[in-house]
Amino acid sequence: MKQLLKLSAASLLVVGALSVQASTLGDVQAKGYVSCGVSKGLAGFSSADSSGTWTGVDVDVCRAVAAATLGDAQKVKFVPLTAKERFTALQSGEIDMLSRNTTWTITRDASLGLNFAGVNYYDGQGFMVKSSLGVSSAMELSGAAVCIQAGTTTELNLADWGKANGIEYNSVVSDTNAQTLTNYDAGRCDVLTTDASGLYSMRAAASDPSEHVVLPEIISKEPLGPVVRQGDDQWFNIVRWSLNAMITAEELGVTSATVDEVTNNPERERLMGRSGSTHEYVGLTPDWTYQIVKQVGNYSESFERNIGINTPIGIARGVNALWTDGGILYSPPFR
Amino acid sequence: MPVFDQQETRKPPISQIGAVLWLKTNLFSSWINSILTFASLYLLYIMIPPLLNWMIFDASFSFGTINFFGFEIKFSEEMATNDNCGRVGACWPYIYEKLYMYTYGFYPRTETWRPNTVFALTGLLFVIVPLVKNYKYKNRVTLSLIILYPLISYVLIAGGFGLLTPVATDQWGGLLLTLIIASVGIIVSFPIGVLLALGRQSNLKVIKLFSTLFIEFIRAVPLITILFMASFVLPLFLESGNYFDKLLRALIGIALFQAAYFAEVVRGGLQAIPRGQYEAADAIGLSYFQKNVLIILPQALKISIPNIVGSSISLFKDTTLVLIIGLFDMLAMVNLTSNDPYWLGRETEGFVFVTMVMWAILYTMSRYSRKLELRFNTENKN
Amino acid sequence: MKKIILDSLGKSQHRGLNFRDMLYNNEARAFFFQIVTFVLVVGLFYTAIGNLFQNIEERGINTGFTFLKNRAGFDILPFLGNYVVDYTPESSNFSVFYVGLINTLVVAFVGIILSTLIGLFIGIARLSNNYLVAKLAGGYIELFRNVPILLQILFWYNLFINLFPHPKQSFAFFDIMFLNQRGLYLPKPIPEDGFLLVALSLLVGIIASYFVKQHYKKKHELTGIHTSTWPFSVALILGLPIIIFLVLGSPLQFDIAVLGKFNLRGGMNVVPEFLALTFALSVYTATYIAEAIRSGIEAVDKGQKEAAAAIGLTPTQSLKLIILPQALRVAIPPTINQYLNLTKNSSLATAIGYPELMSAFGGTVLNQVGQAVEILAMAMLVYLVISLFISLLLNYVNNKMAIQGR
Repeated sequence: MKQLLKLSAASLLVVGALSVQASTLGDVQAKGYVSCGVSKGLAGFSSADSSGTWTGVDVDVCRAVAAATLGDAQKVKFVPLTAKERFTALQSGEIDMLSRNTTWTITRDASLGLNFAGVNYYDGQGFMVKSSLGVSSAMELSGAAVCIQAGTTTELNLADWGKANGIEYNSVVSDTNAQTLTNYDAGRCDVLTTDASGLYSMRAAASDPSEHVVLPEIISKEPLGPVVRQGDDQWFNIVRWSLNAMITAEELGVTSATVDEVTNNPERERLMGRSGSTHEYVGLTPDWTYQIVKQVGNYSESFERNIGINTPIGIARGVNALWTDGGILYSPPFR
Repeated sequence: MPVFDQQETRKPPISQIGAVLWLKTNLFSSWINSILTFASLYLLYIMIPPLLNWMIFDASFSFGTINFFGFEIKFSEEMATNDNCGRVGACWPYIYEKLYMYTYGFYPRTETWRPNTVFALTGLLFVIVPLVKNYKYKNRVTLSLIILYPLISYVLIAGGFGLLTPVATDQWGGLLLTLIIASVGIIVSFPIGVLLALGRQSNLKVIKLFSTLFIEFIRAVPLITILFMASFVLPLFLESGNYFDKLLRALIGIALFQAAYFAEVVRGGLQAIPRGQYEAADAIGLSYFQKNVLIILPQALKISIPNIVGSSISLFKDTTLVLIIGLFDMLAMVNLTSNDPYWLGRETEGFVFVTMVMWAILYTMSRYSRKLELRFNTENKN
Repeated sequence: MKKIILDSLGKSQHRGLNFRDMLYNNEARAFFFQIVTFVLVVGLFYTAIGNLFQNIEERGINTGFTFLKNRAGFDILPFLGNYVVDYTPESSNFSVFYVGLINTLVVAFVGIILSTLIGLFIGIARLSNNYLVAKLAGGYIELFRNVPILLQILFWYNLFINLFPHPKQSFAFFDIMFLNQRGLYLPKPIPEDGFLLVALSLLVGIIASYFVKQHYKKKHELTGIHTSTWPFSVALILGLPIIIFLVLGSPLQFDIAVLGKFNLRGGMNVVPEFLALTFALSVYTATYIAEAIRSGIEAVDKGQKEAAAAIGLTPTQSLKLIILPQALRVAIPPTINQYLNLTKNSSLATAIGYPELMSAFGGTVLNQVGQAVEILAMAMLVYLVISLFISLLLNYVNNKMAIQGR
């Protein structure tokens, strides 16, 4: 694997170096849309609704960047990608950014010619089993058949974890989320393993959600976030700070409904671009953050709209709550 | 005087008439036949009732009120949601909800009239062509249709030219995309196929060699390898920096693939033309071009029409493969729509629906080809 | 034709070669066209290959086949290929190719046999005088022929894993074979020392019985005395190995699957991906084979059937001895073509994750390594060889089956 990674890293680096000749921001503004790689369908993170509109927390990051750079959150071209295709698509320039529940690891960050622009969801790999199996801990899973998706860190984490704990398993590998879930739901395997968020999303999609339990063990850290190509710092900053703007907006209590209210909180006024000159540093118009909050909403709005307690996915904020609320979500200040 | 005593005509025994006779000769003529009959009945019994239960009796038809060409048809008070749609039978409101995606993919809702017009035009084509069959200028009409129809359709669907809002190819999807791939595949590959067939029959060694190699190579490998080539390797063959549309790449692959198959079909027709026709054409001093266009091809193509339709049917079936290289045809839409958080767990309905649509189209096409075959068979006998 | 050429040649002799004559000279024109085509095709290839190398260099994509030696690093669904190659994630990419190839061939092999059986059955049933059977066979053909094969593969796979029971409630056949949603579990033969002798004795038995048969056939031709050879054959082919097997003290053990905590363990697991794929391909291909057989039977002269009835053959005998042998002559060439199609269609396994050539090697390895040119070339080469092989078979059969004129 390491050799493979090195190989692909070497090849990708060259591609990266080639494709950054023009500035991505200039490209995007010339094209009139942001080309954003998303999942082929992971309920709550990126999925298309009945009219073909993409929704989800990953999708909202793409929309935030479009709102910031083009002033219109609708000007996104979504490119659905499988886990295996995602990095090549970014490197070849087919997409401008990737927002596809992608785990931030040192290998990907440092050797693939990519940059992670932040974390929009703190996750960890977990297991889901049918409650009828009577299993209450992942340690009891020796001999089970495990459904996993090809080309993900999940595959590698599982191997590590199995080795460390002396647990043998049969892996049933599928190409897409949908097929993984179908396999598990039908009973082709006993255990489904993926990021905990994915587990909740897939549990909601199972034929009878109440039949399945998510086991308590979380065997890995999976910080998921948007990714850009290496070598274009301006674009990197735009994506990173678009996400930060959503988090800061929640911290300051600005929502899409209250964004037009003028207050005398200086930080809030700075965030809304009504004072200060942060916009100049990233090369955008003064209202870029205003447009993000106005059109996409703050982090909390996006979360609750797509995967929150009141949606079929039903995920609690947990560690993804703001640092002030006991979570670890934290944005550097807008100053 | 002997009186002929008219007796009442006796009825044939009950076992020799009507339904009983039919049953006896068709179902129970021997004990083997009886066993086969009961086995078939049992097979039907275990398959049909569960299917009907799932599709109709246990299924949900709570579409709410549907506006059907101005008529309001009320199925239920309001449309079912995923939660009250039931899990025992099919949830057809899901299909109704996602119908737009299955038909047009991501095509902008405000521009639906454009693909609709193309659908209507396509239907019209099948009406016009038989109508002008006996018309004096039928060749001219058909020819102009062959040129105009793809042009108009392209302008309507893709937009641009300052007339219509452009719609990028990644927004085309569903049945629309399936039809586009199939029709472009057929229209583009046909002339290439004819040229290849002529090339393979040609006396010119080099041309014959290249045509044969191409045809045999393509026919030996699966379409999916060609599609992979088109989507991964084709961009490498072009000068660097040339960006190539994903759909266009797939279309090139499909057209080349289909051309090889058409070539073999047309070659079959060419071989059926009697030698005398070639010699007669040479004798009256026609050039190669004149000979083929005026004498040989019209006859050869006519013979091959049933096989051309058959080959087109295969292509239509093969369009589902574009799913593997990431295009959103109808089958890919099933996967995509099954991930809507508000309509989770309804993949089966999607598959069944797509299967029914594909089957209906393919069955109609194969009936049509059977009809053509019969027609041309009788013509040959006369 | 000749006249025109002679004419033009005559003219050119008369007036000397000029451009106009060259233009109308058929041979000159043929030569010219061939040169132009040749230059165009070669030029196209030259540019494409040139661009290819330039692009590969610019993008830093590796070239050559060294990637085959690299560690694969991913799991493959365990099936025949894995067992033969002894595959682990530590194995090389070339083993993946090998695993894929074996898995493709096994699907093709089983699929060809199964589709022939189903096709034969349906083709005959279609012409049955039992109304219900004939209609059902017709319905079968219309239904499965007109649904894309990819959909059918997905359908059978999902049906399989949803319909069959959980491993804990497997269908058991005498507690040695099990069928559940994780596949079919067969006893796994474990040969011990001396089993090779048994296998050898089987081979010896087959060869010996062939010679015995030849001997009596000769005798029959020479003297007219018919001796049935089947008792000898049975004794040689079955008896000999059984005796040796028993003498050596049963040198073969079977590993039978047993229920573990989650799964059946041990035994030989035939995965549902394989079963569904093979079944889907067979059911689909059988519709074409059935049509070929039907047209073959319909092509047999009606008189043949009447003659068979006249000499007192039963319908079964007439079908077996008179109709089918003649029908097969017409039916076999299209059927062999369908075998090629079946093999090519097996590449759709990627949709359900069965690790055959195009899914394990052409899919996963391609995504890991990115050397599309080499990998696809290798995969295409395999299909070319298979298709060449099937063409040779077709030619052989055509020659063999041709009506021998005397």
